[in-house]
Amino acid sequence: MTPSQRRSLQLAPVYAGLVFFGALTSVPFVWLLCAAFKTNADIFASNFLPHGDGFLGVGWDRLTTVHFGRLFTELGLGNAMVNSIFLASSSALVATFCCALAGYALAKFRFAGRDLVLSLVLAALVIPGPLLLAPGYKMLFDLGLLGSYAGLLLPSMAPAFGVFLFRQAMLNAVPDTLIESARIDGAGEIRIFFTIVVPLLRPMIGAYLIIVFLGAWNNFIGPQIVLQETESFPLSVAINQLRGVYGTDYGLVMSGTLVSIAPVLALFLLLQKEFISGLTSGAVKG
Amino acid sequence: MPTPAPDSVSLAALQSSAPAPPARRYRAEPVWVPWLFLTPFLLTFGVFLVWPLIQACMLAFQQTFGPRSTAWVGLDNFTFMLGDPLFWKAMKNTFVFAAGSVFLQLPLSLGLALLLNRPGLKGRTFFRVLFFAPSLVGLVFVGLLFSLLFAPHTGLVNTVLHDLFPSFDPEFAWLQVHVMPALILAALWLYVGFNMVYFLAALQGVPPELMEAAALDGAGPWDRFRHVVLPEILPVASFVVLLSLLGSLQLFELPFVLLSGPGPDNRGLTIVMYLYNTGFVTGDLGYASAIGWVLALLMSAFAVGQRWFNRRQEQA
Repeated sequence: MTPSQRRSLQLAPVYAGLVFFGALTSVPFVWLLCAAFKTNADIFASNFLPHGDGFLGVGWDRLTTVHFGRLFTELGLGNAMVNSIFLASSSALVATFCCALAGYALAKFRFAGRDLVLSLVLAALVIPGPLLLAPGYKMLFDLGLLGSYAGLLLPSMAPAFGVFLFRQAMLNAVPDTLIESARIDGAGEIRIFFTIVVPLLRPMIGAYLIIVFLGAWNNFIGPQIVLQETESFPLSVAINQLRGVYGTDYGLVMSGTLVSIAPVLALFLLLQKEFISGLTSGAVKG
Repeated sequence: MPTPAPDSVSLAALQSSAPAPPARRYRAEPVWVPWLFLTPFLLTFGVFLVWPLIQACMLAFQQTFGPRSTAWVGLDNFTFMLGDPLFWKAMKNTFVFAAGSVFLQLPLSLGLALLLNRPGLKGRTFFRVLFFAPSLVGLVFVGLLFSLLFAPHTGLVNTVLHDLFPSFDPEFAWLQVHVMPALILAALWLYVGFNMVYFLAALQGVPPELMEAAALDGAGPWDRFRHVVLPEILPVASFVVLLSLLGSLQLFELPFVLLSGPGPDNRGLTIVMYLYNTGFVTGDLGYASAIGWVLALLMSAFAVGQRWFNRRQEQA
């Protein structure tokens, strides 16, 4: 036996373990995917794809998109999806821009009060979200922001987590000399930010955009508390309400769940490398 | 208002916050520029963090009926909490869940990371992405998905068990009987891959020379893990433990959706769900704030505990 053959033999149990847990991980996804395209009768009759006499013993012709049709025509899920896309992308763009600006100021400028601001950022990091639920609600009520998207978007405009992450990234990724020479060449501060700092930070910006987008897409408690009109609900709240009303219409609930998670999964598969490296960068390095 | 999850990630980042680089003399830069760049942060910090925090201090000593009418009640919220059976039930449930998370999720995450870290393994990226994928699904949607998986008659769990053991009743209502195991299982599916990513990153930082030297000295796989790998990854491991504890303490959406509320006999009631019900269903923002402070205290205790642990490890 060659060493490489011995090594692959040693790895066989490792692969077996990975495949086993991989199957366990994917089963809920596969089941959901199958169920979303089955009639309710077939959901009762078969676990995954409906039995039939088509290719591989599957009744392909029995698959249906009837649930999706109902979701998007009579139940207005398309509207909720547009709301989710709007909320998630505007949160992501605004938060990334504001956090990058603040992180840049804290990492690359010297000014009186910088250390104070930095300690404010660190203090903000340790305040748990649930503590702010009740007083935050009262304040949005006092400000007249309850029920509006502003009530959701304004508080998450510049999260301390992002400011801190961008500050750390700037320290390493942006050389001071580059900024200095741009100043000597007479570039304005805003121009320096957009033409020098932003391109150098592209990986970090990509990762943070996805992190915020996902967080906002999956946010439930925020919209549940702040928003009041059914027309303004994002998918997270709309789907939960749909389940309350059509709970026994399994096909409908399953296709609704599929519609809600498929976009973020697709986004992640496209950008997974940036995302995972961004996620661990704050914690593991350093 | 709640910012998305990564909040708690940063607790550990705190400890690794590098000091600012030594002062450099720049060509004069306008003093107002950094303040301009910091404006969005400072504004939202003041309006949506400091102000609600002050409110949270005041509300904790008030009773409210919705946001409009408030009355000062002194320490009543806290004395009531001491004798409030629902609050203690929520505490107990939350801690059972936290224990389940730490003792089931993390060993499994570490195990998967160890498997993935084997040299010469092919398809590492594929498996990493696969295991990580569930953590992208929001807690609401995971709650929904698992309520369907556990559903009587149609749920996959029951149909598979019935196929394997014909005597198994396909109408068995998991979410009425085994509330906590169902919750822990759903969280397991969701978070194992997430924690694994951290462990994997830590394992990749273990110097291969150390492993080779230990192997040459005749250390077996367990000894190598115990005396070489574990000490190296301990800082990250303690961070991941803290992360799951903090996440578990804030558990809300998953049981709220999975059980459509606190569940039978409040067996799925968590601290944050109780806070939510008190503040937004009953309308007592005062008592809700008091619960929020207790939660904040618990979370900081865990964070302080983790720092203490790390410091002791460094000295040892």
